[in-house]
Amino acid sequence: MNQKDNGITHTISLLVMNKPGMLYRITMVFARRGYNIESLVVSPALDGHYSRITITAEGDPKVLEQIIKQCDKLVDVLHAEEYQDPSTIEKELALIKVKVGTGERSEVLQIVEHFKAQTVDFKDESLVIQVTGNTEKLDACVDMLRKFNLQEIVRTGKVLMRRGLQAT
Amino acid sequence: MEKEQNQMNGAQALIRCLEKKGVEYIWGYSGGAAIPIFDALVDSKIKLILVRHEQGAAHMADGYARATGNPGVVLVTSGPGATNTVTGLLTAYMDSAPIIVLTGQVPTFGLGKDLFQEADVFGITAPAVKHSYLVKNGNDIPRIVEEAYHICSTGRPGPVLIDLPKDVTSGPCTADLVNVKMDLPGYRIPGAGDPEKIKEMAKALSQSKRPLILSGNGVVIAGAQEILTAFARKLGSPVVTTLLGKGGMDEMDELSLGFLGMHGTAYANKAVSGCDLIMSIGSRWDDRITPAQIERFCPEATKLHIDIDPAEINKVLVPDVSVVGDAKLVLESLIDQIQPLESEDWLAEMASNKKKFPLGYKIHGGLKAQQVLDELNNLTEGKAVVSVDVGQHQMWAAQFCKSSSARSWICSGGAGTMGFGLPAAIGAQFGRPDDLVIAIAGDGGFQMTFFELSTIMLHKLPVKILVIDNKYLGMVRQWQELFYENRQSGVDLEGNPDFVKLADAYGMQAFRIRRPADIKKVLSKALEFDGPCLIHAEVVKEDNVFPMIPAGGTVDEMILKAPTKAMAKPIGST
Repeated sequence: MNQKDNGITHTISLLVMNKPGMLYRITMVFARRGYNIESLVVSPALDGHYSRITITAEGDPKVLEQIIKQCDKLVDVLHAEEYQDPSTIEKELALIKVKVGTGERSEVLQIVEHFKAQTVDFKDESLVIQVTGNTEKLDACVDMLRKFNLQEIVRTGKVLMRRGLQAT
Repeated sequence: MEKEQNQMNGAQALIRCLEKKGVEYIWGYSGGAAIPIFDALVDSKIKLILVRHEQGAAHMADGYARATGNPGVVLVTSGPGATNTVTGLLTAYMDSAPIIVLTGQVPTFGLGKDLFQEADVFGITAPAVKHSYLVKNGNDIPRIVEEAYHICSTGRPGPVLIDLPKDVTSGPCTADLVNVKMDLPGYRIPGAGDPEKIKEMAKALSQSKRPLILSGNGVVIAGAQEILTAFARKLGSPVVTTLLGKGGMDEMDELSLGFLGMHGTAYANKAVSGCDLIMSIGSRWDDRITPAQIERFCPEATKLHIDIDPAEINKVLVPDVSVVGDAKLVLESLIDQIQPLESEDWLAEMASNKKKFPLGYKIHGGLKAQQVLDELNNLTEGKAVVSVDVGQHQMWAAQFCKSSSARSWICSGGAGTMGFGLPAAIGAQFGRPDDLVIAIAGDGGFQMTFFELSTIMLHKLPVKILVIDNKYLGMVRQWQELFYENRQSGVDLEGNPDFVKLADAYGMQAFRIRRPADIKKVLSKALEFDGPCLIHAEVVKEDNVFPMIPAGGTVDEMILKAPTKAMAKPIGST
């Protein structure tokens, strides 16, 4: 959990039916309580009948308990649970577009190397960097690059999985 | 195995599936997008009840569901037809009533293209339903009906909506109607509860000398009245009910303290402040019965909570022990693990409080609603099914109309929906044709849905309607008097029609009560009248409901009669 503003960032993983309207029902549970969703990832599960949703949100833990229970109660939700390190592996990916002059390029590439990131687009005046890892690593990488001329950042949002053979 | 091969369209399959579930009635209002479904009803044994407004249909289905325990079914068209049921959905949702609302929808190819009478019904209703469907394939209809019926009526019941595009209801359905498989891997129904937690609860109960059982709507829904009564007797515990829990225990039973909360009996509320243990069964510690600062709610008492909905545990307060399960099943296993408590002194105190702080009213100074309701209760002896609207008359009815059995008190508690009482009574009368059903409404709420008098007359339903007319929105006026220096705003209903003449216009027998001396005579006549009738009680304009705990306050702030000085604005919601 990361301390952020007054709230705490929580990560919630849901296994749901892969149906239209599912996401609407879930986000409604958050919106009704004035809880902002920071990131949200939806994708089909191993069995395409179901979807995996990973949500990060920030706020009062007491409200979050209610939100998780209300999500869990939805007919088409198989389970909703809050996960915390170290029981899980958490990853996300960011694409970062930087405008670079020739003088800056080598320093940017040093940062890319340090974070085991990749340059996925290489142009005369710009680079697009792809960095993967946990949220803290991505935040650190972005912070290091802030002194350059950042153009755009797109992040996938966090996905997580339980370690070992236990099901998420 | 039998396989019903069909040449049906979606609408015919839908109606056939509902017939198989034992549906007797559908309350509805027709419209373009729903014509195929209405067409299928022509050949069905299900009786279509054509209402006068879709909101009425939803409340009728709700009243039927509450009075019988069986799901009530509604059928309306798309767009405004569907949106007119939203209040009914919310009402059923807040009070956990099982209804199924079928809405016609524009054809699938037109979804989202702003066709005539299109509305995003799935989106609009999502926060007010337990579950909903937008049907895009006719072959899904049998499964969806099966699931909808199951979902709305099990666990914590609630409304389910099925949105039915016109091409789906007109198009073919070749699915098997007999061997229908539900696909609900995410739907769980709590049952008997965790035995360890039940044991823990029994242990907590054994420590108490001043126990109190708080019985909610969950007891009514679970059909746990008998086991609750046996449990309270064995334990030696008084019982208070919530407003919706009325009838969960016979209110004439000596252990019953009536209903608690904002306008509950003084002795029920005093029990809350004096108990050393409070055990909620199927109640959600609603804000009408607990203070805004929840830590001030019987701070010294051990709190136990039994609820079928896991999301209710820890929502308002964190209990010392909780069991997630069905009220009846949990009580059945708990009763064998408890011993009678040494609660004689506590029970004696409760009995004495009943005598010391009785519900009362002044009989001089004009016709009082309380007296009318008190006399009504004397005549019916708590045996009638009473369906109320919302406001002062509702609270007075809750105080004076005693419920002796479950499902005989029908009331919009959570949503507080004005206009509910009359149509809900109609639904209840359909479901219980041989019982005396009385609708009690204020002049405000009655005028929101009175056009359903037609429905009563058409179907010759012997509903008795008591209109408590003070020509005010009395509850709000009471608040303005007590907390807003009597600055009246938006409460004066001067201009009401003559309700006796109004009933007459529908061909309905009507009676009038103007003087206290007429109450008994007129009520007896009305109750003996063979068929529907309306009683117009012209009560005093300005009267207040007491006892009263200002919203958000604790039991210690309860006032028993009109205060002599101005009161601070309450901290709680409305």
